Amino acid sequence: MKELADRLFLMIFNIEPANSPYLALWYALIIFLASFILLNFAALFAGITSFVERRIAARIQSRIGPNLVGPQGIIQWLADGIKLFLKEDLVPKDADKILFRFAPYFVFTGLFGAFVALPFGYGIIAADLNIGIYYILAFTSLVVLGIIMGGWSSNSKWALFGALRSAAQIISYEIPTGLSLMIVIMLAGSLSTQSIIMAQGGWPWEWFVFHSPFTLVGFFIFFTSSLAEGNRVPFDLPEAESELVSGYNTEYSGLRFLIFPMAEWANMWVVGALVTLTYLGGWQVPGVSLEAIQSSLLLILIGIAIFCIKSLAVVFIIIQLRWTLPRVRVDQMAFVCWTYFVPISLLSLIGTMIWMLIFPWETIIGTVIRIVMFGIGAGVTIWYLLRIRYNYITDKPRFERFKEAPQWYPPWKMP
Amino acid sequence: MVSAMENAVNAKSHLPVFQYFKNIYLLVVSILEGMAVTMSYLFRRPITIQYPYKMEESIDTVLPPQFRGILEVDLPYCIACLRCANTCPIDCIAIDLEKNAETKERFITRFDIDISKCMFCGLCVEGCSTGAIHHTKIFSGTSHYIENLVLEFVDTPVRPFKKPKSMEDIPFDKSGKIAKNKLKDFFSPPEFVIDHRKGEKYTRRVR
Repeated sequence: MKELADRLFLMIFNIEPANSPYLALWYALIIFLASFILLNFAALFAGITSFVERRIAARIQSRIGPNLVGPQGIIQWLADGIKLFLKEDLVPKDADKILFRFAPYFVFTGLFGAFVALPFGYGIIAADLNIGIYYILAFTSLVVLGIIMGGWSSNSKWALFGALRSAAQIISYEIPTGLSLMIVIMLAGSLSTQSIIMAQGGWPWEWFVFHSPFTLVGFFIFFTSSLAEGNRVPFDLPEAESELVSGYNTEYSGLRFLIFPMAEWANMWVVGALVTLTYLGGWQVPGVSLEAIQSSLLLILIGIAIFCIKSLAVVFIIIQLRWTLPRVRVDQMAFVCWTYFVPISLLSLIGTMIWMLIFPWETIIGTVIRIVMFGIGAGVTIWYLLRIRYNYITDKPRFERFKEAPQWYPPWKMP
Repeated sequence: MVSAMENAVNAKSHLPVFQYFKNIYLLVVSILEGMAVTMSYLFRRPITIQYPYKMEESIDTVLPPQFRGILEVDLPYCIACLRCANTCPIDCIAIDLEKNAETKERFITRFDIDISKCMFCGLCVEGCSTGAIHHTKIFSGTSHYIENLVLEFVDTPVRPFKKPKSMEDIPFDKSGKIAKNKLKDFFSPPEFVIDHRKGEKYTRRVR
């Protein structure tokens, strides 16, 4: 980011940046601009995803979803946001008023701070920290602080239950998340998000997922425990609507309430981007070397598009999982973490170490194994697609007999 | 997923190690199967009818013939048996009969249905032997005053209907015209008709 600011300074004012007395001011302006853009990106992403998720959920349940505000309902999220803006900001009478007011800011800071270290393309990153992954893990832990604060201070049993569940859940799932990230850090030899991407390649068999069976396992563990950390279904115990009214945010209203779901949806991008950059090759363009990407603006833009497509695919899977799986019980949640995820991620960490020694990345046998692993992944995907086709075809005659209309109605066809 | 977890919690297998890996296999496969089902629904037609904005045909044809809307009485075919008034669980039907002292003829002088009370159970319609009282397909609308929801079907006293031998020749009028005329001060929602400029599917509001 500093080099970019220096280069821009030279381009606009034609003065060597080191000689200028206004350099600090210029840096402050650039920092302000970058944070402004990131914050707006996160907020817009959260809003639009809330609408898209409702439409996808509706189609999964044979409904249509919100379609009245604007053409096809595309500004429904704006209407929801404005409505919550105009609501009264209530604080319960017996609540701990200072903590109650502060809790949403912790959640907000914890999630939006993570965007600083998330890359979007080659050189398109707010701060390429050399401890990027560590920074993201540490900063997103602030969220649990905000959740416990909100749950404790609102003086309601539902909110307290939600907060306690959240504490248990997030703290236990930090361990498999960290361990499965260690695999990637070991393979890349760096904690910086950009270096992790640069250590991978454009083709699928150059991604870290298909390095060995152990990284494939690590990928699934990382994805699932990220879901659990972001309080997403099937791990949405802290805000289980059917058990606790709305969990830790029961007593909130107005703008303070808005921050909780907004942070939750923004977290989906964080999860998507983290999965993409650690395991799925990030912004690497297939068949293009790193030096070529550095020199061409077009290739950087293609890289940004690739990164966004991969992240959005992960976000789509998160949304689809929410409308597929039922919520797990508290004991099941803890059980799965401590008896399955933690030992298996430890095992795959050690396994990857040994694998790296026996089959190094660049050797022929390493490459062959990576291609075989990619073949397994592709096979599972093809089996999944065939199952989709089977489910579609089995129900087709029945549907067409009863509804007297063709069943084919793809998602791009707007009802 | 749940079944795999249940097995994990209450393991019945003699080989815990085997059960452990079987659980993992079941977890992955069942999640993938579930996702295949939900994904296939993205390519299926939604079954929602977007009343009143996008209708392929008018709402009267979409509603099934046994639909229970507001009650109406085709008074010329009423035999004044009072079966509907007696069977009504909440007494929302009131019928008065008067006898002319000279000619010994009976007249229906009052046939009121309070549709603000009616719960559309359809017991009166089942009891009616001629089909004079029946449901229409009117289901939407409001009124400013609750008194306007009492439908008075008798304008001038009428003689009860003499039941013919075959029920074939009774002309049923189920279009709902009678009830519509009786609904005073009744605000229907805006009427929509199919807009042919935009295509068969879209409707346009009638002003």
